[in-house]
Amino acid sequence: MAIHPATRSAASEEPRKDEPRKLSGARIVCECLIREGVQVIFGHPGGVVLPLYHVLPEYPIRHILVRHEQAAAHAADGYARASRQVGVCLATSGPGATNLVTGIACAMMDSVPIVAITGNVPTTAIGRDAFQETDITGITMPITKHNYLVTRVEDLARVLKEAFHIARTGRPGPVLVDIPKDIFLKETWFEYPETVNLPGYKPTLHGNARQIRAAAELIAQAQRPVILAGHGVLISGAEAELREFAEKTDIPVICTLLGLGAFPESHELSLAMPGMHGAAYSNLAIHESDLIIAIGMRFDDRITGKVEAFAPKAKVIHIDIDPAEIGKNVKATVPIVGDAKLVLRELIKAVQPGNHRDWLAQIWEWRRKMPLTVIRETDKLLPQYVIRKLYEITGGDAIVVTDVGQHQMWAAQHWWYDKPNSFISSGGLGAMGYGVPAAIGAKVARPDETVWAIVGDGGFLMTMQELGTIAQEQIPVKIAIINNAYLGMIRQWQELFYNRRYSAAYLGSPDYVKIAEAFGIRGLRLRTKEECDTVLREAQEYSGPVLVDCIVESEENVYPMIPSGGTIQEMLLDPALRD
Amino acid sequence: MKHVLVALLEDRPGVLQRVVNLFSRRAFNIDTLTVGHTEQPDISRLTLVVDSTATDIEQVVKQLYKIINVLKVSDVTHDPTVLRELALIKVTATRQTRSEIVQIVSMFRGHIVDVAADSLIVEVTGTEDKIDALVNLLRGFGIKEMVRTGPVAMVRGQSGVTTFGEETRPRLRAAGE
Repeated sequence: MAIHPATRSAASEEPRKDEPRKLSGARIVCECLIREGVQVIFGHPGGVVLPLYHVLPEYPIRHILVRHEQAAAHAADGYARASRQVGVCLATSGPGATNLVTGIACAMMDSVPIVAITGNVPTTAIGRDAFQETDITGITMPITKHNYLVTRVEDLARVLKEAFHIARTGRPGPVLVDIPKDIFLKETWFEYPETVNLPGYKPTLHGNARQIRAAAELIAQAQRPVILAGHGVLISGAEAELREFAEKTDIPVICTLLGLGAFPESHELSLAMPGMHGAAYSNLAIHESDLIIAIGMRFDDRITGKVEAFAPKAKVIHIDIDPAEIGKNVKATVPIVGDAKLVLRELIKAVQPGNHRDWLAQIWEWRRKMPLTVIRETDKLLPQYVIRKLYEITGGDAIVVTDVGQHQMWAAQHWWYDKPNSFISSGGLGAMGYGVPAAIGAKVARPDETVWAIVGDGGFLMTMQELGTIAQEQIPVKIAIINNAYLGMIRQWQELFYNRRYSAAYLGSPDYVKIAEAFGIRGLRLRTKEECDTVLREAQEYSGPVLVDCIVESEENVYPMIPSGGTIQEMLLDPALRD
Repeated sequence: MKHVLVALLEDRPGVLQRVVNLFSRRAFNIDTLTVGHTEQPDISRLTLVVDSTATDIEQVVKQLYKIINVLKVSDVTHDPTVLRELALIKVTATRQTRSEIVQIVSMFRGHIVDVAADSLIVEVTGTEDKIDALVNLLRGFGIKEMVRTGPVAMVRGQSGVTTFGEETRPRLRAAGE
């Protein structure tokens, strides 16, 4: 499969903004994408987007044909998270557009910048229930940061300029642009606007100086402070600032699930993930803390549990670029609206060097008593063991993309993320089926790095048609199916809270190796602890796309666990750690 | 407590849908919602009445601001404000009751805008309380049909809710900042 040398310079031989030209809407879309630096789009054709597909091969944009539009949206999302660029997906009207919905909602929940382009029926047919017509702007209104229905070709360039601007700035998010078929065909003078004019959209970037001083005072008084670092730190690229801030103040850092990699987990100040399946010692540290410094995180219920009982002794400094997040779930003592990087820079200047060795010693003592990464002694092949082994074999030098469920939690617990954007997961929406397509996006974005998709069998089954995409485009992602023949997290909840009635939780075991091979992808099987090292190493060293069917112990649970809406007192530790 | 919020919106297709969508999506409870043109072309003005016992007003304001086409949101509850609502009320009126109804309506500085053999249409503007009072009095005669607009609001004197000078003004601050 030919890959376009997708660079902006390749297209720059043609005249650009100097002399306006009359172009069709379809060509305007391509010209705009190039000007936004888009090199790759993930899409699936259909009737009304054919005018765009017709001209697309003339432009230095790599189009990756997915097998289902949901995968286009997830791949654009994975691409965006891995590259910190805007991901782009493309679908036709009606079912093509509705198939994007899960992926768009996922990007919305996790603040991921994607631009979704959909075709629609011609403007004259809109509202007449035409073939494959759907009101996708209406449908996606609550799950996009903004969306557009383009009704005049003259608006197209401006709308696309705004779409990319809105997607990537402030708190990023998905923007959908719906383009009726006749708009692709109509011609107009093309000129790409230099700037956007959005009077209702001006994200606050710099923190209020008075609030930063107030935060510094709280930090100076705190005896047991903790930093909660979320996805916002990664989005803002504030890893270096976070580290400097934590080291200067000597405050431990807890990264949320989506914040993993924002602070090196090998750092002595690093504490493991908090929340429902987070480390007991991290949850205890939050519970005993007298000051929480929350940076680019939104106090999700999977972190707080019962919100009234969350961090009862703590004052809260909440730094977020989205003012609506502050005070939404947890009341902030000192709210700071702004970009994490810019606010941290000011905060570093405002704080005095701190010393919290007593507090750290206490937390480390908890960690010694209640380590996160307990793997019980057994001859069986445990899912945690597979993930730990994979960590050892890769040396942690890989981008891990997960699906949703037990394996996702184990991949967060048993892997130490030292580099930013090395853990990619559907956190907010929890969209099963995310893993494989998002891994495609991540690998396309960072082709020189190893990408391991760690997925459950349930999630894999939801988007496994993308093996076709992987094979056709020869995208060398590595897939480890943590195959327990169950919807594992469902089974775990049923075991713990529904009297072991495993209703609709069993999947059985299709031959995933054969499925891989049927698509022309290398398939390996891992059955025993003894062969674990050899098989995973073989997959790691294989140059092309490879799938490993890891048949693991089927009734293993994720611990620790704080039941949904519960408190730290209700935490279930790993059985090996219980008294 | 009832809060009165005023929002200025870019007059773009679907903007009202975005606002209404937001309320249902976030489970905000809105008593009334009124929208109309303003002194500036392309800008619509929305007046909302929200009960703060059921809904977090600060969240309403912040979430409204997140809509790209929303230019400004002000809580004018504690400002000196002119608050007016329009009601049209079709009242049963016989030869015997007509003059009494007219008398009551004139005390409320309302108008009779239509007269039929067996009914009248009353037009009245005022605060919600005033209209409630009139409605209660007219109920005895038999209300056949009624429509109320919900209040619109304007702050008295120098201050007000406009977009002038917005470019230079920092916005989107959290409460207490």
